[in-house]
Amino acid sequence: MSAAAMSPYGTYLDYLKQGKLAYQFSPDAGRPVFFPRVVCPYTGSTRLEWRVSKGLGTVYSASTVFPRKGEPYNVSLVDCDEGFRLMSRVEGWPAEDVCIGMRVRFAVHVPPGGDDEDCYPVFVPASSPTDGGRA
Amino acid sequence: MSISVERGATAIVGAAESELGQVAAGYGPIDLMAQGVVRALDDCGLGLRDVDGIFCATTQARLAGLALAEYLGLPEAYIDSTSTGGSSFLGHVLKAQYAIASRACEVAVVAYGSTQRSLGRKNTSASERNPYESPFRPFLPPTAYALAAARHMYQFGTTREQLAQVAVAARRWALLNPKAWEKTPLTVEEVLSSRMVSYPLTVRDCCLVTDGGGALVLTSAARARNLKKPPVHVLGAAHVTTHLSISNMPDLTVTGARRSGELAYARAGIGPRDVDVVELYDAFTINTVLFLEDLGFCAKGEGGEFVAGGAIAPGGSLPVNTNGGGLSYCHPGMYGIFLLVEAVRQLRGECGARQVQDADIALVHGNGGVLSSQSTIVLGTAGTV
Repeated sequence: MSAAAMSPYGTYLDYLKQGKLAYQFSPDAGRPVFFPRVVCPYTGSTRLEWRVSKGLGTVYSASTVFPRKGEPYNVSLVDCDEGFRLMSRVEGWPAEDVCIGMRVRFAVHVPPGGDDEDCYPVFVPASSPTDGGRA
Repeated sequence: MSISVERGATAIVGAAESELGQVAAGYGPIDLMAQGVVRALDDCGLGLRDVDGIFCATTQARLAGLALAEYLGLPEAYIDSTSTGGSSFLGHVLKAQYAIASRACEVAVVAYGSTQRSLGRKNTSASERNPYESPFRPFLPPTAYALAAARHMYQFGTTREQLAQVAVAARRWALLNPKAWEKTPLTVEEVLSSRMVSYPLTVRDCCLVTDGGGALVLTSAARARNLKKPPVHVLGAAHVTTHLSISNMPDLTVTGARRSGELAYARAGIGPRDVDVVELYDAFTINTVLFLEDLGFCAKGEGGEFVAGGAIAPGGSLPVNTNGGGLSYCHPGMYGIFLLVEAVRQLRGECGARQVQDADIALVHGNGGVLSSQSTIVLGTAGTV
């Protein structure tokens, strides 16, 4: 399938399957665009380039969700160093200790169910646990 | 949006709630809309046959405008059932101004109904999957507001105790409102020790889940002059949308209320100091803090301190959410209509124990989605036009 025939989400997902966190860049606006779409919201241009993130970011905000059943879990908003933000979760770290400002690194989550479920990006503390994983 | 209507050219002449709390089994959302409409018409002395404009929204009817036109027997009515979430009804007032000014209709009703408590939240709102958020299982809407609260706490040192003060102030107002769902006092300690939903928000930082509905009747200032009750004029209104999903909100500590407030104040020719009573959409305690800042009642970052001083509770310097708000009075899912009903009653002096003395100008602010859509309306008595 040609790239032009692929949806923005389909392209994003393809990169994820290769272990890459992709985002769009608008040359006309000179800034990243996320979530991926067919038009740049800053200029109206349909010229959007795909770029691959280095996968490093900072937790912009974090919440611990307490479900009525099951363990509490983290939901974070992560600001990637390239200048785009996405929702994700920080893994490999106690949910209630994930804090704003924490430096994190991208990892791809591959669902155990195979192709029935899509991959998605998660994050792990960027530095070793001994220094607290904080920036 | 830059369409302008003459300041005060539109008036709210009737306002009413439907049954609230938990309604009898078998009631649907359109029943409650219709109940609100007939009560609001009775409030101003107009009849159903005078109505030629229908504005309504609910999460429980895909074609809400058609449903209400059918129910009320108004086949030729001008219809608008735009949904911007809980702010919808403020948007409806904004657009009813244009419809009335352009003579698309002369007497408009704005209506809402929900049986969210009876049916359960999951059964009254369609869930929409967002591939960029759903995998992380945010408990929406609370988690979105929790993320905003956490960021506000990080950036400005706002505390959970300060947020809890918003819930306590709302409860104190609710105890003065016979129609409020909550009937017992609430303390800061009780808010903090309640079940945690999505940190830093406990269940007492979150709005109620009730049934309920309501309606307004709007018409031209000229027609409003000779009706049953004193008219309440729309002095200025504005709507701003900053995002849909929380991961796309540009700055979690600044809402679109800053811009919608600026526009509404400019259209009304007033500023925050001129406001006598404030009705803000308090779906969560952080909302009140954010909107007080963004609407100019205190500086950005100082909302926590402002509410902790008791300023917004009964007897404080700024009466806010005088009916008890979504936190303690009533919250069937899209609360905006109740903000307007309370503001109208305050400006008419109908509020009994919770009446704000000499209230001439009310600021009403609605929120929709996850801090996504912000609508501000300045209302005033005839003397302010």
